Amino acid sequence: MKSPYPRWFYLPAALVYAVLFVVPTFASFYFSLTRWTIFESHFIGLDNFVTFFQEPALVKGFVNTLIYGVVTSGLKVVIGLGLAVLLTGRIAARGYLRSVVFFPVLVSTIGVGLTFTVLMNPERGLINQALGTVGVDGPGWLTDPAYALLSVALVDVWKGVGLATLIFIAGIVSIPQEYFEAARTDGASAWDMFRNITLPLARPATVTVVILSLIGGLRSFDLIWAMTRGGPGFTSDVVASVIYKQYQAGFAGLSTAGNVVLFVIVTAIVLPLSRFLNRKEVEL
Amino acid sequence: MKRFLTPLAVLSAVFALTACSAGSLGSSEGDGDGVTLSFLVDNSETAAKVGAGLAKDFSAKNPGITVKVETRPQGTEGDNLIKTRLSTGDMSDVFEYNSGSLLQAIAPAKNLVAVDDQSYAAQLDDNFTTSVTSDGKLYGVPFGGFMSGAILYNKAVFAKNGLQVPRTWAEFMANNTKLKAAGVAPVIQTYQETWTSQLFVLGDFHNVAAAEPDFATNYTKNQAKYATSPAAVKGFQRLQQVHDAGFLNKDFASAKLDDGVRELATGTGAQYPILSSTIAQLAATYPDKVKDIGLYAIPGDDAATNGLTVWAPPAVYIPASTSGAKLDAAKKFLAFIASPEGCTSQANAYPPTGPFAVKGCTLPADVPQAVKDMQTYIDTPGASSLALEFLSPVKGPSLEQICVEVGSGIRKADAGAKLYDEDVKKQAQQLGLAGW
Repeated sequence: MKSPYPRWFYLPAALVYAVLFVVPTFASFYFSLTRWTIFESHFIGLDNFVTFFQEPALVKGFVNTLIYGVVTSGLKVVIGLGLAVLLTGRIAARGYLRSVVFFPVLVSTIGVGLTFTVLMNPERGLINQALGTVGVDGPGWLTDPAYALLSVALVDVWKGVGLATLIFIAGIVSIPQEYFEAARTDGASAWDMFRNITLPLARPATVTVVILSLIGGLRSFDLIWAMTRGGPGFTSDVVASVIYKQYQAGFAGLSTAGNVVLFVIVTAIVLPLSRFLNRKEVEL
Repeated sequence: MKRFLTPLAVLSAVFALTACSAGSLGSSEGDGDGVTLSFLVDNSETAAKVGAGLAKDFSAKNPGITVKVETRPQGTEGDNLIKTRLSTGDMSDVFEYNSGSLLQAIAPAKNLVAVDDQSYAAQLDDNFTTSVTSDGKLYGVPFGGFMSGAILYNKAVFAKNGLQVPRTWAEFMANNTKLKAAGVAPVIQTYQETWTSQLFVLGDFHNVAAAEPDFATNYTKNQAKYATSPAAVKGFQRLQQVHDAGFLNKDFASAKLDDGVRELATGTGAQYPILSSTIAQLAATYPDKVKDIGLYAIPGDDAATNGLTVWAPPAVYIPASTSGAKLDAAKKFLAFIASPEGCTSQANAYPPTGPFAVKGCTLPADVPQAVKDMQTYIDTPGASSLALEFLSPVKGPSLEQICVEVGSGIRKADAGAKLYDEDVKKQAQQLGLAGW
């Protein structure tokens, strides 16, 4: 079918896309092979990638990125689904509770990060003072290397779970009521209905939440930077914060190479995962 | 299509315009009786006040010359602005900028006017002169005073526990044991603000240079390393020792500079390895306690060679683009800054936190005790030397994180030193130094 609009109608959008996305992407592939400043660039082949992979903080950063991505994504699915089931049930003040769950999504990430940094202060923070009144000696949430990354991940979940819940609510509400009525007539328990109706039929929502939160988790940076700056030391560094530090130090070529690497990693994880999850959906 | 392209054209025109709007558009005020000098300083509170004070006093003394202060951002953004304006010949008539390795990065021979033929050249402090000299030529005059990386200590706590200022590391650790027994945190560290973690390493450089005089030169040539130099690696080892011995304040991991200053002033902590400029903050927050705070150099192995590691003040330079009547006026302005009158003018504008780098300048009598302690080191020949970053352009960006790890027991000292050697390699390569 012939489009009623002439081809050159595409041009403005294509131009914006090319100038802002395509050209920088290919320029970054080239600049990742150079050592550059704002004045000049020297072509140095793959040296930046070699240096970047030798970066000691990077191995730690990779592991942390994966932990962070999996933990936040997993918790968002589990908690988000639970909240969605609760908030689609017949409970009092449902509309109000839905807003409350969604509210943290609207708050600035940096603001959330700074607020929780104060709350999680081991000596003067509200959390440990509250734990103290019931006789528990709270850990250094952000200052103990063993907990720092997980503490940030929990805050990320708190902030992001509202969006996951929203997607799940949409998924659950779109399931036709007839299935539930039929199941109820057959004497199915609430768990049976959840296990055999809600869970499989809300699958598109689950896929969306998994993909979105995993991508978000893998390239997450702002919350970690606001709360720990990758610290103490390098213990909560993720790939994005390692890249940022290289840029901050003026190693422009090195950080460009890091971004190319991050691009490849996110694509390599998310593309197959998205194919896999979506294929399953078709088979159902 | 034309409709869509017009905004783009406007946009690119705007970019083209903003690119050169920052400069002074040459002025016609240079003729006749009045000359106006533009003077670019960074936008920190200290620099803005000192700049304004100098401009006012100089204009009062030279009625034909008006100095107009402009400000610029600090940090990397400021570095790029300076470089861009210098390379486009668009610089203010006089400007303030770092001394040391950052000065070398702006190619002084090409971009600046040398001032070693001026009468005040011999009046400048040697440590300062070293940090503004390139290829044997002097380029700037000091803006503000010296700073040092040292230990601020609470004299009242020392007196109460009968302690003396330590001159060696062994004495320092012995003091710490006594302080800990008395229930005082011997050493304050504030790792939540990561830059504060580096003093045991950076402030130890006088001791390193005393043991290995060629360290800085060899370091730049990639022939000396922190991990393999017995003197240099000690900074990292000592950072680990104070942590392992349990000498740190309990909240070292979550404390910030403000907390450290409070603990020192109120005496819950006894000693704080930090930059001496912190005295200004302490004086502002705890005016009644500032008389109790003293300063001593980070102790080394040998009491005889122990001394203070100092950071040279930034300097005021004349760019090569300044000429004619403006150049004469600019030279007069620099001579004023490098005179005792200039020092007085700066001291009136902002309370000094370190000795001036001009011979014959004295600090006001009411400066804090810690600043007087610092003056003693600087006046004693051989008792102070410049920090490594003024002698070598090689400085890695991750030292603060590495120091936090070593100082909180996450990484061992030797591994930390090795990691830092890897870190500086990237910097040296980015600068294109020979031998890396």
